Amino acid sequence: MEIIAVSRNNNIKDKMTQQEYESMELLRFTTAGSVDDGKSTLIGRLLYDSKSIFEDQYEQVKKTSERRGEEGVNLALLTDGLKSEREQGITIDVAYRYFSTPKRKFIIGDTPGHIQYTRNMVTGASTANVALVLIDARNGVVEQTRRHAIIASLLQIPHLVVCINKMDLVGYSEDVYETIKDEFSNWASKLDVKDVHFIPMSALVGDNVVEQSKNMAWYKGTTLLYYLENVHIGSDHNLIDVRFPVQYVIRPYNDEYHDYRGYSGRIAGGILKKGDKVTVLPSGFTSTISKINTYDGELEQAYAPMSVTVLLEDDIDISRGDMIVRENNQPENTQDVEIMVCWFHDKPLQPRGKYTVMHTTKEARCVVKEIQYKLDINSLHRNLEDKNIKMNDIARVTLRTTKPLFSDPYRRNRITGSLILIDEDTNETVGAGMII
Amino acid sequence: MNYQLNHLKELEAESIFILREVAAQFENPVLMFSGGKDSILMSYLASKAFFPANVPFPLLHVDTGHNFPETIEFRDNWVEKIGAKLIVGSVDKAIETGMVIEEKGVNASRNGLQTAVLLDELEKGKFDAALGGARRDEEKARAKERFFSHRDEFGQWDPKNQRPELWNLFNGKKHFGEHFRVFPISNWTEMDVWMYLAMENVELPNLYFAHERDVFERDGILLADTDYIQKKPDEIVMKKKVRCRTIGDMTCTGVWESEADTIEKIITEVSTTRVTERGGRADDKRSETSMEDRKMKGYF
Repeated sequence: MEIIAVSRNNNIKDKMTQQEYESMELLRFTTAGSVDDGKSTLIGRLLYDSKSIFEDQYEQVKKTSERRGEEGVNLALLTDGLKSEREQGITIDVAYRYFSTPKRKFIIGDTPGHIQYTRNMVTGASTANVALVLIDARNGVVEQTRRHAIIASLLQIPHLVVCINKMDLVGYSEDVYETIKDEFSNWASKLDVKDVHFIPMSALVGDNVVEQSKNMAWYKGTTLLYYLENVHIGSDHNLIDVRFPVQYVIRPYNDEYHDYRGYSGRIAGGILKKGDKVTVLPSGFTSTISKINTYDGELEQAYAPMSVTVLLEDDIDISRGDMIVRENNQPENTQDVEIMVCWFHDKPLQPRGKYTVMHTTKEARCVVKEIQYKLDINSLHRNLEDKNIKMNDIARVTLRTTKPLFSDPYRRNRITGSLILIDEDTNETVGAGMII
Repeated sequence: MNYQLNHLKELEAESIFILREVAAQFENPVLMFSGGKDSILMSYLASKAFFPANVPFPLLHVDTGHNFPETIEFRDNWVEKIGAKLIVGSVDKAIETGMVIEEKGVNASRNGLQTAVLLDELEKGKFDAALGGARRDEEKARAKERFFSHRDEFGQWDPKNQRPELWNLFNGKKHFGEHFRVFPISNWTEMDVWMYLAMENVELPNLYFAHERDVFERDGILLADTDYIQKKPDEIVMKKKVRCRTIGDMTCTGVWESEADTIEKIITEVSTTRVTERGGRADDKRSETSMEDRKMKGYF
């Protein structure tokens, strides 16, 4: 096809062919910051400088800025949310925002940074490839910085970018940047993060967000947008351990597909190939993949996170909640589950309490057998005495489930390693668990 | 071999996962179909999700009686093509029976009346999940919407009390009388939708393509000339080459001057345009929070 997409600034050099558009990747990142460290301004800057803002949106923000008597256009207003939030001057929930460049499409999980909103941060972080942690260069590493980084590491976000913001207010000082960088690095060495990156910036002025800063010649690294466009995310999915949780059984009940029995689902790990010998859990029966089917035709192989339909050579009784795996690479198969839980509800976690548990496509009931410790998310200290797990607390607990879960450690697979707890009376999601 | 999906394929895989999750978790789901590109995409993805079986839930269209005739014609063909069952909820009938009262005046719109008819149809059909084609990039109230959005027994949305949604675990549990709204294409942008529809060669209503039409201008927006809209004396009808960016009621859907008569030209136009697609929706312009207010009452 001809060249069909042009960037919003109408620059001929930015024209894209459909082929280029179709080779774009998807990157999800989450932002966390304290009140006033410039998170909204940073997102506004990314959206504005990447030309993702429409005129009517910009005009609305400009009008509001003028009405409030602010100098210039307040880009933070671009992320302004609901009426109920504006009334209270806070962000109450995760907001999702979108922009793209010719290389990638980005989904931002924009989470509020207040103390009481750990649950939102965990929610936004659960699907992210990259976490941005903002630091106000004037204040350095503060309690909230540590909390955000700990949550990013608990949620196993593969890449962490520490944005040292408001550099314009510290005279673009390299010393200030290096001091903060050292302080953070020393402290973060005890965290389980694989990849940490530092960028000095001013979101307000635009230094090192999309445009390289002219005020910090000493900084030889890339801009934030360049980093987001180029960070390697190809290995963020587990492509080693085959895990196919059966989601829905497709039976067409028509003449053409009379004996068709397809197991549909989204691949949670590994690469499935036609002809592979597989084992079905919990029955333990083995068979061979006869077909990997989609609307667009049969596939020779399929990999995480594709949604496909698998057909087997043998007629085995399989239903939702079962898992198709390789014989010589099987997940944990147990009713005793050790998790780190983040608690989401006003009503504290009940010792000996019973909850519904959702794990992959399986549902079971569970009882909280033991609360081992509460994690102080400012210091990583394990408090063995305090077992009162309230909203926004993180704790290590042991569950006993009514049915075995087919799981992997969360570190190894974020899909087969995660679960949620549901209150049996209110049906609300009250906790998120990461399997150890 | 490269084991990295492109972004459209990843969005497709996510939406198919959600659609199958709805079929698995709910007893009686329904797909809300407006005839616009988003609900066309959603129902197209549904036929992919359950292939080679038919889509296991019906399509529900709330007909305001003010639709473009082209929308109705397209709807009937499309439903036949994907082999789904169609349910039509009629605002005309609701007005006749006195269930709702028609707005009066030059800016009268049946947009608000749709909500009552929709909730009535959901109740009548005992539907426990209603699939909608809303996208988070459309509007700021929608940016905070969940994939699985819980509604109380009055069909209301409470933005302060949404269930957290983590990984790909979707909690569709509810009490008797409550239902869910589910938005499988939440993460798609306008551009993604067009690119995907072009890539997959999906059939679309003619209204999206530039065509000659009698129009007039009101509050900076071009509206189609129709008996459903009361014109003010100074509003003059002229013939222009236009197309719709969104499809809704004739009374509140703005049309745009455009030369884009193929999907490729539409994509070029969308990629260079500087105004949001809902910028032409009179219903969103009523106040800064009109979407948030309508959503709380059960609008989709």
